[in-house]
Order: sequence, then C-alpha cells, then structure tokens
Amino acid sequence: MSIDRYVRKWGPVAGLVMSFMAAIGMIRSFDGRMMINPVLSLGYIALLLPPAVFGYLAARGEVNVLEEQERDVPGGAVKGAMVGLIAGLVTVVFMLVTAPFDLSGFFPNINDAMVDVMTFHQGLGLGSLILIAVSTAVGAMGGALHGASEVVRAGVLRSLGWVMLFALFELVVTDIIDVRAIVRFIYAAGGGLQLWSALIIAALAWWLGGRYAGRRAEFSDMAKASEAGSRLRYSLIGIGILLLIILPMLVGGIVNELLINVALFILMGLGLNIVVGQAGLLDLGYVAFFAVGAYGTAVLTSPLSPTFAPALNWWLALPIVMIFAAIAGVLVGTPVIRMRGDYLAIVTLGFGEIVRLLLLSDWLTPYFGGAQGITRIPGITVGPLTISGTSPELFIYLTMIFVAIAAYISYRAQNSRVGRAWAAMREDEDVAEAIGISTVKAKLVAFVTGAIIASFAGALFSAKVGTVFTNSFDVLVSIIILVVVIVGGMGSIRGVALGALMLIGILGGPKSQGLLTEFAEFKLLIYGAILVFMMLKRPEGLLPSVRRSRELHGAEAEQDAWLDRRGDFVDEDAEEAIT
Amino acid sequence: MALLDIRDLQKQFGGVQALDGVDFHIDEGEIVSVIGPNGAGKTSFFNVISGMFAPDSGTIVFDGDHVAGHLPNEITERGIARTFQNVRLFPNLTVLENVMVGQHCRTDQGMWGAILQTKKQKAEEARIEENAKEILSFFGTRLAGYRHDQPAFVLSYANRRRLEIARAMATEPKLLLLDEPTAGMNPRETIELTELIGKLRSERGLTVVIIEHDMKVVRDVSDRVVVLDHGVKIAEGDYETISTNDDVIEAYLGRPQGADDE
Repeated sequence: MSIDRYVRKWGPVAGLVMSFMAAIGMIRSFDGRMMINPVLSLGYIALLLPPAVFGYLAARGEVNVLEEQERDVPGGAVKGAMVGLIAGLVTVVFMLVTAPFDLSGFFPNINDAMVDVMTFHQGLGLGSLILIAVSTAVGAMGGALHGASEVVRAGVLRSLGWVMLFALFELVVTDIIDVRAIVRFIYAAGGGLQLWSALIIAALAWWLGGRYAGRRAEFSDMAKASEAGSRLRYSLIGIGILLLIILPMLVGGIVNELLINVALFILMGLGLNIVVGQAGLLDLGYVAFFAVGAYGTAVLTSPLSPTFAPALNWWLALPIVMIFAAIAGVLVGTPVIRMRGDYLAIVTLGFGEIVRLLLLSDWLTPYFGGAQGITRIPGITVGPLTISGTSPELFIYLTMIFVAIAAYISYRAQNSRVGRAWAAMREDEDVAEAIGISTVKAKLVAFVTGAIIASFAGALFSAKVGTVFTNSFDVLVSIIILVVVIVGGMGSIRGVALGALMLIGILGGPKSQGLLTEFAEFKLLIYGAILVFMMLKRPEGLLPSVRRSRELHGAEAEQDAWLDRRGDFVDEDAEEAIT
Repeated sequence: MALLDIRDLQKQFGGVQALDGVDFHIDEGEIVSVIGPNGAGKTSFFNVISGMFAPDSGTIVFDGDHVAGHLPNEITERGIARTFQNVRLFPNLTVLENVMVGQHCRTDQGMWGAILQTKKQKAEEARIEENAKEILSFFGTRLAGYRHDQPAFVLSYANRRRLEIARAMATEPKLLLLDEPTAGMNPRETIELTELIGKLRSERGLTVVIIEHDMKVVRDVSDRVVVLDHGVKIAEGDYETISTNDDVIEAYLGRPQGADDE
C-alpha cells in the first residue's frame, strides 16, 4: 500500500517537532502549568499540538488556489491517524535512542524526567505505547476535523479556543470575577480549569457562538462600513475607551504590571511604526531613543544623579527630555540620511549599541552612573498623589494617556501631507524626490517624531521602575519592538497594540515576564517561530494597514481585479472593432 | 528669453559618454520632441535636467536660474516636472493619493498642523484634494469617479501613464518632461494622448519636452524636433526637415553599404 505523499511529509515533521520540544525541555517545563485540572497540562497540549496540526494539514493535502477546496475528501481521519502514528513512532524512537546515553553535558533536558513526562509517567514500555496511541488518536481528530462540516469545524475550534483562553488567562479572569466561590468553581486550587467548567465553557462557546455567528458578522460588517465620524463609530470608540478605563480597576497588581509593560511597548511600537512602517526607514537602534528618554528623566528628576541633579518634577523634566530626544533623532538621522535599506539598518543597529556603551564608558560614568545606573527616581506627581511602579493600578492610566497621545499623533500624521510624503518615500525614494518631496526633511521628521514617542516610553519607564541601568537598553529591546510591529502589522496602529498585547503581555518582553511565566525560558524561541510563521503566511501582520497589505498582496489583488473586469475588457475590444 | 537654456551638457557613466556637449533651448509655450535611437542619451538628458544626476559640466539655466547639480526636489519646486519611461507610480497609494502627494512642494503644512488640526491645515487638505480631483478630470472619464480610490497598481498600462502625467501636473510645473508617454499604448489611446499633450499647452499653458519613438506622435505634437545620437545632438529643426536629414536617417538605419569608402 502506498502511503499518501502528505502523510509521508508531515508525519516525520510532526515527530521531529515533538522530539525537539521534548529535547529542549519545553514539554517538561510547560507540564508545570495545569490547563484543565487534572487531565491536561500545557505541556501535553504542546506535545499533542503537532500531530493535530500536521494531521489536519495531511488531510487537507494539496491546496489548489484556483478551485474551490474539496472539503469532504474521504479518509481525512485515516491520513491524520497515520501522521499521528508516524509522529508517535518518531518520538518514541527518539526517546529509545537517547535513553541509554548520558547526554546531560550537551542536552541537559534529555533525561529520565523528560521521558517520564513524555510517557505519561507509565515507564518507557507501556508509556511509549500510550504515547503512540494518543498521538494517533489526536492526529485522527485533526484529520477528521478537516473533513467535518463547516458548523462542526467552527464549533470545535471555537470551543477549544475559548477553553484555552480561559485556562491561559486564569490570572485575569480570577481578578475580574473576584468572588471566591465562583473562582473556585471555575478553577482548581492548584491552577487550571476544573474539568466541568472546561466542559461548560466549551459547550457555551459552541452553542452561543453558533447562535450569534450570523448576527456578529452582520454587526462587524456594519461597523466596518460605518463612516468615520458616524454615530455608530463614535459609540464603538466610546465603549472601547470605557472598557480600557474600567479594566485596570478590575484586575490586580500583577496584571496591571503586565499591562504597563504592554503599554510601554505599544508606545515604542507606535513610535517605531512611524519610522519603519510609515516612512520605511528600517531602524534597528530604536532603543537608543528609549534610553535617552529614560536616562534624561533619571538625571533630571533623581536626587541621586551623580553630577548634575536638579531633582525636577517629572512633568517639568518631560519637555526637556522631549527636546533631548528630538536632538538625538536629528543626530542619528543626519548621518544616515543618504542610506537605504540594509545599510540604514546596520548603521542604526550600531548607533543603538553606541548609546548603551557610551553610558557604560568611563567618560560618561560620572554623569550617568555607568554600571551602577541611577537610582531613586521619584514617581510622577498628579495632584496630591505620587504615582510610581509601586501602584501599578494608577500608573497604568498614565501610560494609557501617553499611548493615546502617540496613537493620535500616528493617526493624524498618517493622513496628512507629511504622512503621504512618507508613504511615497517608502514606495520609491527616487521618484518621491523627483516629484518635489525633500526626503532629507521627511526622514528627519520621521526620526524626530519616532524619537519623541520613544522618549515618552523612556520617561515613564524610569519613573515606574525607579532606577535605570544600561542593561535595560540592549539591542534585544530594539529587535523585540520591531517584532511587535511586524507581527502586529506594519503601519497599523491597532496592529501594534495587538502585537504588543500578544507578545509582551502573554509571552513576556525582553526583560519582563508575561502572563505565562512558563514561557520565559522559551520566549525567544517562540518569538522566532512566530516571526518565521508570520513572514511565510501573513507577512503584512495580524491587523495590517490597508497600504501594507496592498504592498504584500498586490499581485493577487491585481489578478482578482483583472478576473473581475475581464468582461469590461471584452466589451472594450468589441467597441473598438465597431469604431 | 528661453525658458530652459542648456549649454554644452556633458555626462559620463564609466566609459560611456551619455551626453556629449548637448546644447538645447526651449521657449515658453513650445512643444519640442527629443528623438534618437535606443541608447542615444535621451533619458540621460532628462535625468540630468531633472536633477537625478548632476552633469559633469555644462550649464542648465531654467527661468533665469542656474539649476545644474541641484537636488531633484529643488528643481521640481522651481517648476520642472517629469514622467518616467518605465512608469514609476506609487503603486500602493490610491489614484487620488498619487496626485495629492504630487502637490507636496506647493503646500506647506507640517507635523504641528496635522497634530493640532489647525484651520489652515484643514483648508489645505481640502484644497489638495480638490486640486487632485480637478487635475484627474483633465483625463476625462479615464481616471474619474470610482477610480479615485483604487490603488494605482490595478490601473491598466495606459491609465498608469495618464496618472503619471497627472502626478507631474500636480507639482504645478512650467516645464513638463514626458519620457515616452505613449509607449505601450494602443493606437486609439495614442491618438487620445496626442490630443492631450496639445491640450497641456493650450489649456494649461505648459511647455513640454517629449521623448518619443512614435513618429506620428512626434509629427503631430511638436513645433521642433531635436535628434540625439551617442550623446550628441546631430540635428534640430521642424519635423519635415528632420525626417529628410541624412544624418538622422543614418543614425536610425545605419550607413548604406559601401558608404564608408567615400
């Protein structure tokens, strides 16, 4: 019997992914987080995701873009099961091969504890069989899902999605509900959903989702079609703002702390979005402006600033810091004004590091404290209150205000003469110049605007943390901000917000933990995986700007437009023949 | 006085003498064609005038000012606009935005205006949009109505060429340089565009230099024809004179056999 091409392809891939996740210790580490108590931990979800996903892919087979996909291809479940079987076998072989050797020197995570988790704590013999069986079953489910009817597929995905959401956001949900009895009903004492509450959530998601799917689609169409400035649009925005104001009151300190981090990254993402997304200048040293903001605030407000310590009020320091940032923007912008693309990226990368190393240098240590940093940066005074990082539930509002300012600036810039000049410059710099745009000026304006927004983030950051050290400003921060912008959607304000929420909020930022502390160790790996996936499947980001998505899917749209209007062309030819 | 007066223009790329001592002038309201075989230096000539390359030597006097070696945006601001041989629009901006962005150098609102939404800014935005629509209406129904909000890349080839002209018009030039505006157009579209070039002068008061390969177009639109070959101006005059000039025929067709012996 010949094995289906896609089974041969995806089966081993699934097995290798499972083995890899086991080898780096991800499965075992994730096993510490209960999702559905006591049956399912995050580790097993990670372990069983590959057979399910690749089983689905094998059942899908070839994707033919020109024809409507045949959904009910028979044997989807069988194909999926075979993928799961192969994946399970590969994983078991991996465990058997590595078991006799002591690899702790190279792969500290390949050990008995790993095998124990992978074999469901049943020992290698019986456990392997269970693993193969479970993997086969999950693969079959993945494959069957492909062939299932639209209602079933949407229902299953929706139920799973909601259950995952409730399990992952346990902390947030607990904070919001805040009634002990209800919380205990939903969540188990040791963490994770109770089995029954998971079932209830799944059922509710299936039922309610299916019932209101049509109405929701209708509503979102209506919202999209609504004119800017119409009542519906305003009321939606109003509801959004209201939710944002209420949310920090409902959740606790830890979640607010996370939200502050997210907001700071949204702020920086919005700034970088102007430079990269709108003006098309790939800046890999963006953290430098963040550092200028943070250190500027530290020097101006902290009484312990080494040499120069005016100990100003934060609000007085802010305009001065903005001016510093603008100057820094010009200083970085001027030498790179004639550079394009890769060269610009490399030079700005250098600038970012230069700033950090200068702060560490003997020359500037007397002013900025070098490795000791600057401590005792006071909080932000608002009326009688002094808000600092110790009261995250108040600090979040300050960051939100600045995010709103930055979003407003981006939005207005985008739809203005300056924004159009940026867009033109991004598309074709030579032509932009030839139609009368001073690219020097446009680039400097972009750099300065971006720098000022980053300095807001820096100023807030130092007031929140109370200390600044150079290691908060290494190159990784620049990269992560860029990843946030790319994953969220270049040039799109909503996209940046979503990207920051997902990456910084859930996975964690470069120096901070996210909602899922288990991810901390594997954060960069997951970032990388997400980035690769996005570049391959959705290069315009999750919520792209209209222009960007045109840029990346232009050829397809062109094709569609041509297909749509083929009729017209025929008419035109006919008309020509007559005349 | 000539609107554009060029003396002894030289431009070399590596070992290739793209322009070798070209003299050229055009009076206000004239339409002049620049023709010549492929590689004759026509596009280089435009690139140097529009500032995309600085000339090695020679003077370019436009409207009384020396402009040789200035940046392209400065030259555009002085009133020279151009189109490109291989249409270079901003493909992902809409048709209207392409024309709106063309008005950049005639408008002056910056970041502050945009952020504060000043009255001036709003008025200017409205004016930019109105101007853009008015300019697009110059092309009749071709770029009107629903086309305004289409991204430029969905346009047909001929429409892209039209849009590029519209974008150049948006910079409010005195002198318009058109680089092969009818390339790739069908005969009907070519005739339409030929009429349009005439209207650029009669209705818009523009002076036009046009590079063109289609001799019918050259005959119909130009007051005067300049012929370039290997970077050298080999002939100049009205269409009738040029079309019978031996040097021109030779440049296009090569020397008759045996002519070397003479």
